[in-house]
Amino acid sequence: MPLDPSYEGRTYPPTEPYRVGREKIREFTEAIGAEDQAYLDPEAALKLGYPDVVAPPTFAVLLTNSGIRQLLDDPDLGLDFSRVVHGDQRLQHDRPIHAGDVLTCRSTVEQIMSRGGHDFLTARTEVFDEDGERVVTGWSKIVVRGE
Amino acid sequence: MDLAERRYRITRADLVRYAGASGDFNPIHWSDRIATGVGLPGVIAHGLFTMALVGRAVTEWVGHPAPIVDYTVRFARPIVVPDTDEGTELVINAVLKSVTEDGNAVLDLTATCEGEKVLAQARATVRQA
Repeated sequence: MPLDPSYEGRTYPPTEPYRVGREKIREFTEAIGAEDQAYLDPEAALKLGYPDVVAPPTFAVLLTNSGIRQLLDDPDLGLDFSRVVHGDQRLQHDRPIHAGDVLTCRSTVEQIMSRGGHDFLTARTEVFDEDGERVVTGWSKIVVRGE
Repeated sequence: MDLAERRYRITRADLVRYAGASGDFNPIHWSDRIATGVGLPGVIAHGLFTMALVGRAVTEWVGHPAPIVDYTVRFARPIVVPDTDEGTELVINAVLKSVTEDGNAVLDLTATCEGEKVLAQARATVRQA
């Protein structure tokens, strides 16, 4: 059954605050083989003007994925996870994420379209810090393959 | 900015490590049984892991840990990672497409594996160090 386009514009409640830890940044850094000391050593990050170790650019997907999770778990949307493929991903940073950030996500169904028997859904997830300042915006386009 | 080609090896162990670090435990990234069961040729890398490795190349080119303002990719083809010591290899290149009014560099990125493009329309806008 095709996705209902009337769900465009649907928004989800803010996620529980996520506290960014030094060791989680270290784990992510090691997983992608990056070596910049500003990811690992607070002194090195301080020299670049950051209050604590800074996260690699795509660390933000740990946050934006929680927005996608809300959509996948939404019974009204009725997404069939087994037929979902990640099509596109965009990350736009207002500033880098760093250890000590406490971040909350707000997600919106930005677009739903059907083409060639497949459905395409674009979710926008905005990530805010404790002061309510936006840190990063992620757009994820997922493809729901036709049956 | 020296945009020298980067080559990163990807093994099954790397996928397991990325799964843990990112929290994406979809079994198509570690179980041949599940991956082939949904019609894939075998275990594939997380698209976001590929995106992360290309992002790492960008940080190394710029010489800064967090230079990326805007980064977009399309996952064009999955990377099949065989259960061998060698795994497979991701080859990453970039060309400077333009410079924005505020001095940011726009890089057009290519990522290939076994000679096939795995990302399409991949682009990063970066602050120049």
